[in-house]
Amino acid sequence: MFKKILPILFCLACVSVKTMAQDTTDMLKQLETDSAKQTIVYTKATFKTTRLINGHSVETTAPGVLDVRIDHRFGYVSSGGYNLFGLDESNVRIGFDYGLTKTLMVGVGHTANQKTYDFLAKLKILRQSTGKVNMPVTVDYVPTFAINTLKVFPAIQNFSDRLSLANVLIIGRKFSDNLSLQIMPAYIIKDKVLSPVYDHCIAIGVGGREKISKHTSIDAEYYYQLPGTQDPGTTNVFSIGVDIETGGHVFQIHLTNTQGMTDKAFIAETTGKWGNGDIGLGFNISRVFNVSAKSKNTPWH
Amino acid sequence: MKKSIVLIVCIVLSAHSFAQKFYTKNGLVSFYSKATVEDITADNNEVLSVINTATGDMQFSLLNTGFHFKKALMEEHFNEDYMESDKYPKSTFKGKITNLSAINFTKDGIYNTAVTGDLTMHGVTNTITTNGIITIKNGAVSATSKFKIKLTDYKIVIPSVVKNNIAETIDITVSCNYPNKL
Repeated sequence: MFKKILPILFCLACVSVKTMAQDTTDMLKQLETDSAKQTIVYTKATFKTTRLINGHSVETTAPGVLDVRIDHRFGYVSSGGYNLFGLDESNVRIGFDYGLTKTLMVGVGHTANQKTYDFLAKLKILRQSTGKVNMPVTVDYVPTFAINTLKVFPAIQNFSDRLSLANVLIIGRKFSDNLSLQIMPAYIIKDKVLSPVYDHCIAIGVGGREKISKHTSIDAEYYYQLPGTQDPGTTNVFSIGVDIETGGHVFQIHLTNTQGMTDKAFIAETTGKWGNGDIGLGFNISRVFNVSAKSKNTPWH
Repeated sequence: MKKSIVLIVCIVLSAHSFAQKFYTKNGLVSFYSKATVEDITADNNEVLSVINTATGDMQFSLLNTGFHFKKALMEEHFNEDYMESDKYPKSTFKGKITNLSAINFTKDGIYNTAVTGDLTMHGVTNTITTNGIITIKNGAVSATSKFKIKLTDYKIVIPSVVKNNIAETIDITVSCNYPNKL
C-alpha cells in the first residue's frame, strides 16, 4: 500500500514544484494579456514630418515643439538654359508650426509667390491605434486660411476678395514599418486675385511613402481636381520626392509641377505640365525645437 | 517508509501553502545614457512583474513604447530606429533569485539579493546577473536593482552621426512595489 502511494506522492511533489515555476510565466502572460487590453498603443511616425511633399501628412508637431520650416521651389526645367533650367528662379515659404496638444497643431507662414500669408490648424480627429482601441486610420482636418496680398491691375477693391480657405481632410494609415498611405479630399474656397472662373474647387489627393532605410523614404503625392471645379489652364499637381532625416532635421527634396506652397495654390492654381517639362526642383527643410517646459516635463505620446 | 511519506506530503503541502506570488502592473524601469553631448533618461512606469517567493522566480515584462522621454523626437527615434518597437514590442526578464534562502518574505527587513536570468530585448537574449535589494515592510514586498547593459550585446546599432549623443553602455534602474498578492 505504502509502496504504491509513494511514487504517486513523489510525482505530485515534483509536479507541484514544476507548476509553480510554470505559474510565474503563466501569470506574467496573463498580466500581459490584461494590460494589452487596457492600454491604447498609438501608431507612431506614420510619416517623417508634417508635410508629405507640398501637402500635409497626418503627422502633427508634438506639444511644446516648434517646427521652423523653410520651403523652396526653383523654376521649371522647361524655362531653358538662359534661366539655368529653373535654378535662377526661386520661391520661398517661411513658416512656423507649433504643437499645442498631442492632437492640435497651429502654424503661420508667408510665401513669396503671390505674397501670401497663411494661417493653418491641424486637428487629429482619429488616431490609428491598437490595444484597447483598435483604430485602423488616423484622420486629420486641416483648414488653411490665406491672405493673398499680391498687387494686381486692376486693383482688388474688396479685402474679402483676397481671402481663401482650404479645407483638407486627411485619412492616413501606416500599413507597415515602411509603407504609409493617405487620401486627402479637399474643398477650397479661392481668392479672387487671379480672377478664377470657379470660386471653389473640390479635389481628391492620394499620397504615400515607402521607407528605403531607417532615415530615408521615397514619397509621392497627387491631387486630382474634380471636373466642373477645375479652372481652365490649371493642371493637377503631381510630386515625387525623398525625405532624409538627420536628428532634429528633416530634408525633403522633390520634383513637382507647381510653384505653390499653400494648399489653395498647389491644389487649385498649378499650371505646370509634366509632359512639357514644367518640372521644378524643390526642397523643404524642417528643424524642430523644444521650446516649452510642457515638452520637457510631460509625456507627449 | 512512513517517515518518507510524511516528508513528501509535507513537501507537497508546504509547496502549496507557501506558493505566494506578488505582482505589479506599475513597476518602474528607467534608463540613463550619459554621453558627451547630452544625457538621456526615460521612464516606463507600466512594467509588469511577478515574484514567486516559493520558487524565487522573478519575471518582468514591458512594452518598449511605454518609455517616455523629455523630447518627443528622442522617443520617436528610440522606437523607430533603435528598439524597432514595431518588430520587437516587448522587453522581458525571466530570472531567479539565487540566494532565496537568505530572504524571509514573512519578516520585515531589507535583504540583499542576487538575481540571474535571461534579459530579452530587440530580439536578443542574454543571461545577466545582478544584485538588488528586496524590502519587506508590513508584509509588502518591493524590489530595486541597478545594472548596466551594452547596446552592442543587443544588436542595437547607433549611427556614427549620433555617437556623441548616446552612450555605449546604458544604466538601467528597476524599482517595483508589489501591492498585489496571489
